[in-house]
Amino acid sequence: MQRSKSRWMLGAGIITVGALLLTGCGGSGFDDGAKSAAPGSQKLTVMIGSSGDAETAAVKEAVAGWSTSSGTASSVIAAADLNQQLSQGFASGKPADVFYVSTDALAGFAANGSLYAYGDKLANKADFYPGLVDSFTYGGKFYCAPKDFSTLGLVINTEMWKAAGLTDADIPTNWDQLSAVAKKLTSGGHVGLALSPEYARLGAFMVQAGGTLLNADQTQATVNTPANLAGLDYVKSLLKDGSAKFTTELGAGWGGEAFGKGKAAMTVEGNWIAGAMTADYPKVGYKVVQLPAGPQGAGTLQFSNCWGIAADSPNKDAAVKLVEKLTSTDQQMAFAKAFGVMPSVQSAAAQWKSANPAMTAFLDSAAGAKNMPSIKGSADVVADLNSQLESLATADPAKILASTQKNMEAVVSAK
Amino acid sequence: MTAVTTAPPTAAPVPKKKHRPRDTIAGWLFTAPMLVILGLFLVVPVGMALWVSFSDWTGRGSPFSANVAFVGMKNYQDLLGGGGLAERDFGTSLRNNAWYVVLVVPIQTIVAIVLAVLVNRQVLKGRGFFRTAFYFPSVTSSVAITVLWLFLFGATGAVNKVLGFLGIHGPSWFQDPSGVVHNILGAFGITQGPAFLTDNTVLGLPLWDWLAGPSVAMSAFIIMAVFTTSGTFMLLFIAALQNLSGEVQEAALIDGANGWQRFCYVTLPQLRPTIFTVVTLGLIGTWQVFDQIYTGTQGGPGKTTLTPAYLSYTSAFESQEWGRGAAIAFVLFVIIVFFTLLQRLVLRERPVSRRHRRIYGAPSQGAGK
Repeated sequence: MQRSKSRWMLGAGIITVGALLLTGCGGSGFDDGAKSAAPGSQKLTVMIGSSGDAETAAVKEAVAGWSTSSGTASSVIAAADLNQQLSQGFASGKPADVFYVSTDALAGFAANGSLYAYGDKLANKADFYPGLVDSFTYGGKFYCAPKDFSTLGLVINTEMWKAAGLTDADIPTNWDQLSAVAKKLTSGGHVGLALSPEYARLGAFMVQAGGTLLNADQTQATVNTPANLAGLDYVKSLLKDGSAKFTTELGAGWGGEAFGKGKAAMTVEGNWIAGAMTADYPKVGYKVVQLPAGPQGAGTLQFSNCWGIAADSPNKDAAVKLVEKLTSTDQQMAFAKAFGVMPSVQSAAAQWKSANPAMTAFLDSAAGAKNMPSIKGSADVVADLNSQLESLATADPAKILASTQKNMEAVVSAK
Repeated sequence: MTAVTTAPPTAAPVPKKKHRPRDTIAGWLFTAPMLVILGLFLVVPVGMALWVSFSDWTGRGSPFSANVAFVGMKNYQDLLGGGGLAERDFGTSLRNNAWYVVLVVPIQTIVAIVLAVLVNRQVLKGRGFFRTAFYFPSVTSSVAITVLWLFLFGATGAVNKVLGFLGIHGPSWFQDPSGVVHNILGAFGITQGPAFLTDNTVLGLPLWDWLAGPSVAMSAFIIMAVFTTSGTFMLLFIAALQNLSGEVQEAALIDGANGWQRFCYVTLPQLRPTIFTVVTLGLIGTWQVFDQIYTGTQGGPGKTTLTPAYLSYTSAFESQEWGRGAAIAFVLFVIIVFFTLLQRLVLRERPVSRRHRRIYGAPSQGAGK
């Protein structure tokens, strides 16, 4: 009795352990790559970091349309946390095939070989704005097609503008004029200009003064320059005389919120502000003009995402075809209509301008636009710079630039 | 125990010897499923992470593949003495989290004890209601509470409205990077630290900045942590209080101890094991704070709510510095183990000291545990 019982237990134990080992290890070896079936017939997965339902629906519709015409099945996933989900896919060897890549994530993904550099294979390669192609070029290779882009402009509350006795002739075209109108527009209830305390906004003033954080081919840190100092000094002068305030001081999350709530008569934001104004502040009348020129002429910053293709994708050729379709002039115009972005191809410019007459300033300023730094590690440096810019009103701009220069040099030399 | 006492003394050693190997096998077999599960889902991943922290893995494919190299202590070196941004960020995150721990753990433990004693009183009407009310924040998801907090502590939120009634102009909580200690010193006109504090740096951060205190934004998170976790720990203290024998209390009553003395000298010492549990859980939880930061501030304003757990996440997933992210996690692990051992040492059961023995008049030998 005793004996048979323990035998039985032994047997049961062995079966349990064996079953666990098999289920645990079977087929989940860490080196398993994606096993491809017949190439060309593989289903494509598209992963997007969507700005909202409108964008998700538009991309789903476009991808479904391509699927029916090409015969390649596909599905669209709206990621909750894009970079994290992409990283998981790359580590497991089974990433999504086509996905959004931001400029600051590009270098990391390109450096570890996760991305397929297909840019030169695109039929519509020459149609993209050259500045955008630059921002998605890493190590001399054009990695991925720009999805769309945005630039910064000066957004003006038309009612407050009139109330301050200003006319169209007063629209600022240089720094002195901007200071003057900002002062005039500052009254009890609101300030003249609201700014987000980050390089992605204040950097535009540095560009107008002729400065950038890195030289053109991103091989040298150029943070601590007189031009950048002039840009920050100008912003600081606005903050000091009270005609400009940071959004953080106004209790707003970003410029659009401060502007929409009537806490500021002007703000510096990109074309995404149009969607927010329609959705959240439909009663506020506004107009968009180009940012005023600085001592070194007109300048702004531009932002973009691209359509990345995974190096591990079993169906890269179909993926490239899909991206060609998604970046085509017609499709980009459809996207622009659905969720208010600016097409990344020059052939859509005229069409877009006539469809969005109030927003032309954003596209007009694209010529002098500079990219955000995109080398590996530069995002951390910019994040650190942002944390220092929050206290620009009381801090010494030269010190901020000096410490950022040190950080940027470390990033450049590690490249 | 029972087997030993019932078996005849002479026969006892024989079956013991005979059964031991088989018992051992059965024992191993019964624990095997758990060991396999733990091994597969805990030991192996932890081992992988440890390897990643010593490697130059870039986040693509397996960390054990041939093209991943061993880089020794490089990732740890970057964090603890690199002199660059990585070191300063890590120092900043440790500073923020240390202030968070120093304030949250004692406050939440004391609040939990006080609440437990209050709702444990027989005379209190509607005890069930109060217990539920105090426990309620604990069962709500931390993400939901964080969102609630963002509204409450907004620049024009409810908290500032209430402060406004009292004539206080509230800060814009989650946008204010200024340290609370610095602000208090600033009120006395001290805005610049002495040279030895501003010139000497630890982990890339001047000592003066280490002493900044939690930022106003972090203070809001500290209040939130106390609000949400005190209820959980209150439950532990209620359970412990109900286990205490009433006889000791009665004896103290007869000895003429008043309520406060009974609490300090009778109840509290008996709660020592529970206090140890609560402080340990508190330490572990507060050193690992992540979800509030992830949903609330992403480390801002001015990096003053950056915590090691969140920095580990961003280093790996945003900056693609996987080795550094893993290294941060292991340094954090060492910190947690260190503090747990330290407080174990502090809260250990001590033999009665000679001075107390004289006061109590207890027999001098063999009375201590």
